[in-house]
Amino acid sequence: METGTSRVKRGMAEMQKGGVIMDVMNAEQAKIAEAAGATAVMALERVPSDIRAAGGVARMADPTIVEEVMKVVSIPVMAKARIGHIVEARVLESMGVDYIDESEVLTPADEVFHISKNEFTIPFVCGAKDLGEALRRIQEGAAMLRTKGEPGTGNIVEAVRHLRLINGQIRKVQALSKDELYHEAKVLGVPYELLLGVHESGKLPVVNFAAGGVATPSDAALMMELGADGVFVGSGIFKSDSPEKFARAIVEATTHYQDYKLIAEVSKNLGTPMKGIEISKLDAASRMQDRGI
Amino acid sequence: MKIGVLALQGAVAEHIRSLKAAGAEAVAVKRAQELDELKGLVIPGGESTTIGKLMRKYGFMDAIRSFSAQGKPVFGTCAGLIVLADVIEGQEEAHLRLMDMTVARNAFGRQRESFETDLPVKGIDETVRAVFIRAPLIKSVGSEVDVLSTYNGEIVTARQGTLLAASYHPELTDDYRLHAYFVDMVKEAAAAGSRA
Repeated sequence: METGTSRVKRGMAEMQKGGVIMDVMNAEQAKIAEAAGATAVMALERVPSDIRAAGGVARMADPTIVEEVMKVVSIPVMAKARIGHIVEARVLESMGVDYIDESEVLTPADEVFHISKNEFTIPFVCGAKDLGEALRRIQEGAAMLRTKGEPGTGNIVEAVRHLRLINGQIRKVQALSKDELYHEAKVLGVPYELLLGVHESGKLPVVNFAAGGVATPSDAALMMELGADGVFVGSGIFKSDSPEKFARAIVEATTHYQDYKLIAEVSKNLGTPMKGIEISKLDAASRMQDRGI
Repeated sequence: MKIGVLALQGAVAEHIRSLKAAGAEAVAVKRAQELDELKGLVIPGGESTTIGKLMRKYGFMDAIRSFSAQGKPVFGTCAGLIVLADVIEGQEEAHLRLMDMTVARNAFGRQRESFETDLPVKGIDETVRAVFIRAPLIKSVGSEVDVLSTYNGEIVTARQGTLLAASYHPELTDDYRLHAYFVDMVKEAAAAGSRA
């Protein structure tokens, strides 16, 4: 009997496919998310748009919030640790959290090194905006990836950019000859063996979800259309007018992402989505996607 | 021999790959009317609360019950096993209630307790590599149910006529024998159906 194997960690993410993982800040929101059909919840002290508004240093949530959420739902509970913050990650692992997000939404604890995730029993998800970041995170032990997007903006444009870029880079790698792959590994800053795997299989070895800016059912369906395995929704649900309706609608639109009549139906009378931010209005320091490359 | 994989949420692609490797034709099923052209159905691993909710929403409850009543085999893995069960411990409402068994969700604990192991399964020659992820257990079964394997004395694989259930994920390995076992069940049922 073996725990914490790569198959067990990556397999857990495979079971989330086609699903929606929702950010929640307390037990009540967690119950709403579960009842709406979320496949997992991310327990947080503040959703990304509030972190953005509050400024200052964003850290791991108070363990009380995480515990409270773990108590009330039967679906998996994820929680965020700062990039490179080994202790926050160990604390979450000790509490029995099901998945850790080493996340650029929080203020990085280390500007050079990510956590060596292979050494943990529980799996990690990490953000990536290109193939180089994706494969570096996998090499460190990430068992699941997500686009970085631009969290807390309610603007899908960055998540689209990242997913298109990664998928385009995968197609390019597939077309390279074996000798060109050595050079490409150097250019991307990734291990040759992982790149060879992408060349041969035409896909990443782990599940890749969309995240960072999903605000409507159509946004979720767009990301599925572009090849995401599932969707994280952060501020989009509990910063909307009617969280329950938005949550249910996003779940249905993710499952039936090519059924446009159904998406029209679930999008009716949802009320106002989160307000959203135009990306060009963000200064360099408030771009979360540039953290942890 | 077309077999469907319920594609509301979960590890759909892996089951399709494994069924194909076991010699069947396999398709993803998103709509209840798509069941008509199928000879068998797999309910994959995923989150049982999500899958159960979407099954109700899209009319799969009655559709799968009548599919099964026609003698067509159904195979549930992990969340799929929970969906098949008659009783779910600590939960008022079960889902399809097709298999005479009581199951416990997340019976081994949380993700850090998830594991893989070599498991002997009745009807398959050598052990199967079984991947248990926040897995359920079968706590008790009715007299019609045949126990195919146990782990530490608890039931993890069971069959009741044309229904097959496993707590673990055969679709996450390159060992297709449990899928081949199910494909044989579908072939037998189809042959019996055409004789009738």
